[in-house]
Amino acid sequence: MSNVPTASQTVGPFFSIGMSGMCSAETTTHATGGTSVTVRGRVLDGDERPVPDAVLEIWHADGDGKYDSQGGVDQVEAAGVPAGFGRIATNDEGEFRFTTRMPGAVTEPDGKVQAPHLAVVLFMRGLLRHLVTRIYFSGESENSADPVFNLVPDERRATLLASRSDGVGGEYLWDVRLQGERETVFFET
Amino acid sequence: MSEPPVFERIKAGTQPEYLHPAYRSSEKRAPTQPLILLPHTLSERTGPVFGQSAVGPADSDLTAQHSGAPLGERIVVTGRVLNEGGKPVRGALIEVWQANAAGRYLHKNDGHNAPLDPNFSGCGRALTDSEGRYKFLSIKPGAYPWGNHHNAWRPAHIHFSIFGHGLLSRLVTQMYFPGDPLLQFDPIYNCISDERAKARLISSFDWESTSPLYALGFKFDIVLRGRESTPMENR
Repeated sequence: MSNVPTASQTVGPFFSIGMSGMCSAETTTHATGGTSVTVRGRVLDGDERPVPDAVLEIWHADGDGKYDSQGGVDQVEAAGVPAGFGRIATNDEGEFRFTTRMPGAVTEPDGKVQAPHLAVVLFMRGLLRHLVTRIYFSGESENSADPVFNLVPDERRATLLASRSDGVGGEYLWDVRLQGERETVFFET
Repeated sequence: MSEPPVFERIKAGTQPEYLHPAYRSSEKRAPTQPLILLPHTLSERTGPVFGQSAVGPADSDLTAQHSGAPLGERIVVTGRVLNEGGKPVRGALIEVWQANAAGRYLHKNDGHNAPLDPNFSGCGRALTDSEGRYKFLSIKPGAYPWGNHHNAWRPAHIHFSIFGHGLLSRLVTQMYFPGDPLLQFDPIYNCISDERAKARLISSFDWESTSPLYALGFKFDIVLRGRESTPMENR
């Protein structure tokens, strides 16, 4: 058997049948540490139309910058959904919203420090392969030295920054634009 | 504490491109700006790992979720989840979903004029064992029409979502059935340019898992990105 990874196929329009166990337009993760943080926004296609059938998965470190499952499969608690993981489907208006804990800065094995961020994996009908992006938080002092953020051309960095909402404390706004002038930065992994 | 796995870059042609015009939904949803090459940090090398309680003992039997038996040909779908190093991926969460035998999904947006089956929801879940093995009992899904082009029909398929070790191993794919005449016309199946990579999305008929007088066996092995890191690589 070939060891080349199996090819991806689209999640299609009916993923909620199989992913329903952990899937809604509003999600609260089991993350620990840090302050409570809510991110809401919309997913928009190339015509700026809302995407009502997208699903986002987020993965992030705890308040101390440590990842759950970092100890490998043997360390996993019997509890179902791991801390720092969330899955959120968009609603009919293309909107999503989730609440989690602000992650800490992550120190890499080589000593480099990543600013607080959420890894985001995005699936939807029309995507034959999932997209990978990140959410950083505006106003965090570590952003300017972050090794990934700095790979992004200046004029596109704003697409990775969640901005503070005027109304509610701890709430951030972050939209995904799949195409166009303000297209979100996606990563080749 | 074990080290998170390491990941190679994807080999050209073995994964679909985002824009595949024959698949019309990709036109307004595929990114148009160049992707940025991401270094593999702890954020990607780690990933969610699910415990036993994420899966109930009956979740892998899609034929036993209602009071009666669903209509259709019973099938057993088995396989192994391996990493790029050929090692089994244990504790991988697999979620599956599919249409019923008539080609209809239990979903509010499925407008296909085919009957729902009150005894079939089409949703299953399993964790791989220490050898990376999984097993589902189900019924063979039907083909169904869709709006991509005139007289477009999807070949019979089962959707698979898999969480391995590390976010970079995340995979969503579809399993097809051998000998399906619709495969050659399907823009989703045909989005992969590497012929061998494409062919591996087709399960194989399997006598070993075929259950006498009960159900036909189909085998579908899955390779996820990543391999165990060696002490050398950690330095």
